Amino acid sequence: MNIPQEKLVMMYQRMLKIRYFEDKVKDLFASGEMPGFVHLYLGQEAVAVGVCTALNDNDYITSTHRGHGHIIAKGGEMRCMMAELYGKATGYNKGKGGSMHIAWPKLGILGANGIVSAGIPIATGAGMSIKVRRTNQVAVCFFGDGASNEGTFHESLNIASAFNLPVVYICENNLYAVGTRQSDVRKIEDIADRAIGYGMPGLVVDGNDVVAVYEAAKEAVGRARAGEGPTLIECKTYRWRTHFEGEPDTYRPPEEVDHWLKREPIAPYRSILIQQGVLSTEGANQVEKEVLAELDEAVEFARISPLPAPETAMEDLWA
Amino acid sequence: MRQLFYNQAIAEALAEEMRRDPCVTLWGIDIGPYGGANAATKGLFEEFGADRVIDMPVSELGYVGLGVGAAATGIRPVVELQFSDWITLASEMIINQAAKMRYMFGGVLEMPLVIRAPIGGYLSAGAQHSNSFESIFAFVPGIKVVTPSTPYDAKGLLKSAIRDNNTILFFEHKKLYGMKGEVPQEEYTIPLGEAAIRRKGEHATIVTYAYMVSKCMAAAERLAQEGISVEVIDLRTVDPLDEEKILESVKKTGHLVVVQETWRQCSISSEISALVAEKALDYLDAPILRVTAKDVPVPFSPVLESYVLPDEKDIITAVQIVAGRVPVI
Repeated sequence: MNIPQEKLVMMYQRMLKIRYFEDKVKDLFASGEMPGFVHLYLGQEAVAVGVCTALNDNDYITSTHRGHGHIIAKGGEMRCMMAELYGKATGYNKGKGGSMHIAWPKLGILGANGIVSAGIPIATGAGMSIKVRRTNQVAVCFFGDGASNEGTFHESLNIASAFNLPVVYICENNLYAVGTRQSDVRKIEDIADRAIGYGMPGLVVDGNDVVAVYEAAKEAVGRARAGEGPTLIECKTYRWRTHFEGEPDTYRPPEEVDHWLKREPIAPYRSILIQQGVLSTEGANQVEKEVLAELDEAVEFARISPLPAPETAMEDLWA
Repeated sequence: MRQLFYNQAIAEALAEEMRRDPCVTLWGIDIGPYGGANAATKGLFEEFGADRVIDMPVSELGYVGLGVGAAATGIRPVVELQFSDWITLASEMIINQAAKMRYMFGGVLEMPLVIRAPIGGYLSAGAQHSNSFESIFAFVPGIKVVTPSTPYDAKGLLKSAIRDNNTILFFEHKKLYGMKGEVPQEEYTIPLGEAAIRRKGEHATIVTYAYMVSKCMAAAERLAQEGISVEVIDLRTVDPLDEEKILESVKKTGHLVVVQETWRQCSISSEISALVAEKALDYLDAPILRVTAKDVPVPFSPVLESYVLPDEKDIITAVQIVAGRVPVI
């Protein structure tokens, strides 16, 4: 692996952050402590982390309803995210957004999005903005297999390709759009095949292999930065949980779920890091310990943070 | 003073703002070398080039969505829709994204996006090329809706819209592109949210906007000959609404007619009627009357279209009724 050591460790750390954050959210939500709806990223950690490790702080991402992983992978702080999920004034978005609407432009995070596929033209517009401003940034668009069937996908990829925009499209194919199996509503096996229709490279990557995702993303990001246009990368992965927390799993065969649980992305990566001497066992344990301590602090921060004053509901509409 | 056509005034506003601020960038269909379907971007491609005057494919959802992402990341897109009717294709990006992003993200970003779109009928263009959808967007918090009625206003309001850091829908009436009017050479802007009193009057107030302003002015002239003195208020922006000017005028005249080209139900005219009923009912000497399109799609055949869309005669009759000059039928 020709990847700098600190990046390798960061990928491990951020995947762990996502895993433990989501696991904690699952419990807190089930206990009734957290309002609203949550869509968990458990099982897909390698996609967000592999892609975002190939980005700079000032590169942009658009995220989805299943967005916690993207935000952590782009450098988001767990305490500000947790406070947002609690609807607290100290959350990233002052409690106005919640789980599906976390944004933090200082880290290039243009927002999770409650509308499936809506991030696709927004990321493409960020790409146009980069081109107009002549910076060397890149915009990355995360979306799911379901979103790839929306009109925004077609219109945006055509425009991005026609204008050589610096955008990388990351399709996280987790096989289901809510409760519908994708093979029932899409004729082709690989969404990446659609890239040929737009005249851009399309490739399929094992979305549970963080190094493979990183390397594919790095190449696509490099092409985008060099003015060589967009790329579509399909990451094959699986969400461990149902579409949203609380939804009964009536639509997925248990053996399929088991198969993917066995293919989880973090433990094999940890073994590789130890085998290759990037981390000692103690070092890996230490990373894990620090993540857990940070998470505890994040939950405590969210719990003791003040609720927003009700009348702040009238603020922030107009610039 | 110098005279310009409405479309020339728009092109001049765009050119001036593009010279002033390199972040102002245009895209839409046929706006480049073609100059725009209504010639409102004529000459801009030649001056600013393909990087800032960008021809898009026929993808309203896509290129309006690009405007949202671009506005959130440091440029000021001015997006042209060739006909406002097609805004339905892009409405997701306007209503759920542009209008909400700043708010739901707690104010962490700005959305300096202008969407220009031609509205209106009276052209036998049929049901899908004659719409005026301002009421739909005025309903949505987080969007300002501008409806200029003269070349002077079109230029001054568009310059303000481009400098504003919020989402603006700028609706240009197709019948007005060929209207000529005074536009000074000197730099000026018109603030959003300020109505203009086009004609002072004592007996009745007409509140209107866009193309209907000229019809109301003609009606007011005829009514003056009958001894009815009409005050005509041109809203200029239907959202934000200049409540103060409307209420002040109604308190003075005691009679209100609201005139709009588009459908009646849940519209700008409904909103103005509600406003006056809530805040100035005691000043009214007669019920409010509304002159609007009939609630059917705009039909093609000229005789049908004329039946559906309001005309000068409808306005005159309404004012005569509220002013007590003719019996209510």
